[in-house]
Amino acid sequence: MAEVVLTGVGKTYAGGVTAVTDVEFTVPDGAFCVLVGPSGCGKSTLLRMIAGLETITTGTVSIGGRVVNAVEPAERDIAMVFQNYALYPHMSVYDNMAYGLRNRGTPKAEIETRVREAARVLELGDLLARKPRQLSGGQRQRVAMGRAIVRKPQVFLFDEPLSNLDAKLRVQMRVEIRRLQRSLATTSVYVTHDQLEAMTLADMLVVMNKGRVEQIGAPLDLYRRPETLFVAGFIGAPPMNLIDVAIGPDGLRPVAGDAGIVGGLGIAVPATGARLGIRPEHLHVVGDEPAPEGGIALSYTVSAVEAVGAETFLHGRLGATGPDVVIREPGTIAAAPGTVRRVVARRDDLHLFDRETGRRIPLDA
Amino acid sequence: MEKRAIFQGRLLPFALVAPQLVVTLVFFYWPASQAVWQSFLQEDAFGLSSEFVGFANYRDLFAKADYYRTIGTTAFFSALVTALSLSIALFLAVQADRQLKGATAYRTLLIWPYAVAPAVAGVLWFFMFQPSLGLVSQGLRGLGFTWNPLLDSTDAMALVVMAATWKQVSYNFLFFLAGLQAIPKSVIEAAAIDGARPVRRFWTIVFPLLSPTTFYLFVVNVVYVFFDTFGIIDATTAGGPAKATETLVYKVYSDGRVGGDLGGSAAQSVILMVIVIALTAVQFRFIERKVQY
Ligand SMILES: Nc1ncnc2c1ncn2[C@@H]1O[C@H](COP(=O)(O)OP(=O)(O)OP(=O)(O)O)[C@@H](O)[C@H]1O
Ligand SMILES: [Mg+2]
Repeated sequence: MAEVVLTGVGKTYAGGVTAVTDVEFTVPDGAFCVLVGPSGCGKSTLLRMIAGLETITTGTVSIGGRVVNAVEPAERDIAMVFQNYALYPHMSVYDNMAYGLRNRGTPKAEIETRVREAARVLELGDLLARKPRQLSGGQRQRVAMGRAIVRKPQVFLFDEPLSNLDAKLRVQMRVEIRRLQRSLATTSVYVTHDQLEAMTLADMLVVMNKGRVEQIGAPLDLYRRPETLFVAGFIGAPPMNLIDVAIGPDGLRPVAGDAGIVGGLGIAVPATGARLGIRPEHLHVVGDEPAPEGGIALSYTVSAVEAVGAETFLHGRLGATGPDVVIREPGTIAAAPGTVRRVVARRDDLHLFDRETGRRIPLDA
Repeated sequence: MEKRAIFQGRLLPFALVAPQLVVTLVFFYWPASQAVWQSFLQEDAFGLSSEFVGFANYRDLFAKADYYRTIGTTAFFSALVTALSLSIALFLAVQADRQLKGATAYRTLLIWPYAVAPAVAGVLWFFMFQPSLGLVSQGLRGLGFTWNPLLDSTDAMALVVMAATWKQVSYNFLFFLAGLQAIPKSVIEAAAIDGARPVRRFWTIVFPLLSPTTFYLFVVNVVYVFFDTFGIIDATTAGGPAKATETLVYKVYSDGRVGGDLGGSAAQSVILMVIVIALTAVQFRFIERKVQY
């Protein structure tokens, strides 16, 4: 068991592309860390540096208290699950799992025991004699997992292991990976660009953007208190409504369109302007009730209604011509397109960001 | 999707395939059938008349120690050239695959030999290794080696093996390089993480995954050594000294053209033809099944 510590890690490829800049975090022993971010943000590069498949340009990576910058992948005591599984096509499922143990000179009997055990856990028992091409996508995924767990490494690394599976299987395998990681208590670093996968798997979520870390924390902490505009927009589905705001005579008002916001927030908006963030699920359509204490009320013109049963999505705009805003209400609500409704949000559910720097402006200060 | 052209009448399709048919008939089936017919005939000493002798030519052939010696020479020559050209090409391809950036220049250099006609290659090597004037021979003499492929049969064999190998390496290289690049990088990386060092990785992962390419090249190379090396042998050693470099194909030529034994020569051609057909059949069988791994 081991903790993984990254200090000032950066990567510049031979061609001059800087993929990762100054990344710093510690994955505690046994924790499940998820790296999430849009395509091309440097997640894979970072993971491959931990694996030893890419050289580290700046900073250090240490695993279990040992700096591994100059250590071969084989000697880092890690196992990796690749996006395309990277099974050895000419070997049976059994040999795929046994290969790493054989390379390390594990006794035959021990190999047999470990492979059988992994096969039992992953329900691969009947498939041991098959070649990878005779397996379904989900089964290949399991073999790749099996190959990782038989070695009992200090760290598991995953690079988008579920992205080649269909939606249903993906959910199933996601649960399975989480269960397996819990029971083995092996430190894991998992890369994905799917924020739902990230939220459900992580003990510790690292949001990356353009090669830098935006924010690190527990998934729900990031959801409740995004520190930057990027995180606010990235975490949560459908994404947070972000409205450019300025201070008018009667408090906040949107920059574009007519005044649709009623009630000030009692804070100073930076001269450069600010952006108000409200998640769709935190907006509620109400009658004539006043806005909650310290919260805001909006006038909202409904343009489309999507009822999916368990919840209803409203699409519309602030005021009559203001910015687009999405609302997510539980159950079904009556709201005809074209009507103007009153919408409120609690103060605790509001997020304010500096438009220039993208940083959070505390509302409780 | 089915691609089918519909022709009115019968004449046009025949007219379209006719040139191909004529070429095949004139340049393959006609000489082949001639050879088969010829192999059953025996000419008199002056080449004035011939009579049908059945399998006598074949019996004669297999009764002579001479023929077995040529078979031995051919086997030795083929084994050496195939093994050398495959392993050298594989070695170079692995090196090139490692740094593909500089590979274009490297690759072009390695393809050159293949663009050289066998006879020209033979002449080239003949001059380089010509005992008295050849550059390489002078160099070897300077180093204290005696080198004379015109008199020494080992030297002669070495020379034709080198020339034939040199010529075939580039072709093999291209196929091996393509084969190597088709192996997913992540599989190699997975093996590296699985604790396999480069040499072990090569033998347990890369080499098995290359086996379809290797098998294909093996057959192609054997066919090459059997038939296409005629030009090289003719230009460098002409089968000598004392028939030390006389392969089956060369013997067909020397017995027929030089020795005037048309019947015996034809019988040898027929045997060679059977060998090629067998090799091709084996290849098709395996290629069809894609050499499963
Ligand atoms: N071998 C390489 N040489 C040069 N640049 C590279 C190399 N590999 C990746 N990059 C660049 O580095 C950046 C980060 O790439 P990386 O693969 O880490 O992104 P990612 O976050 O994993 O994206 P995705 O979600 O699409 O997999 C990209 O701009 C990419 O073009
Ligand atoms: Mg990636």
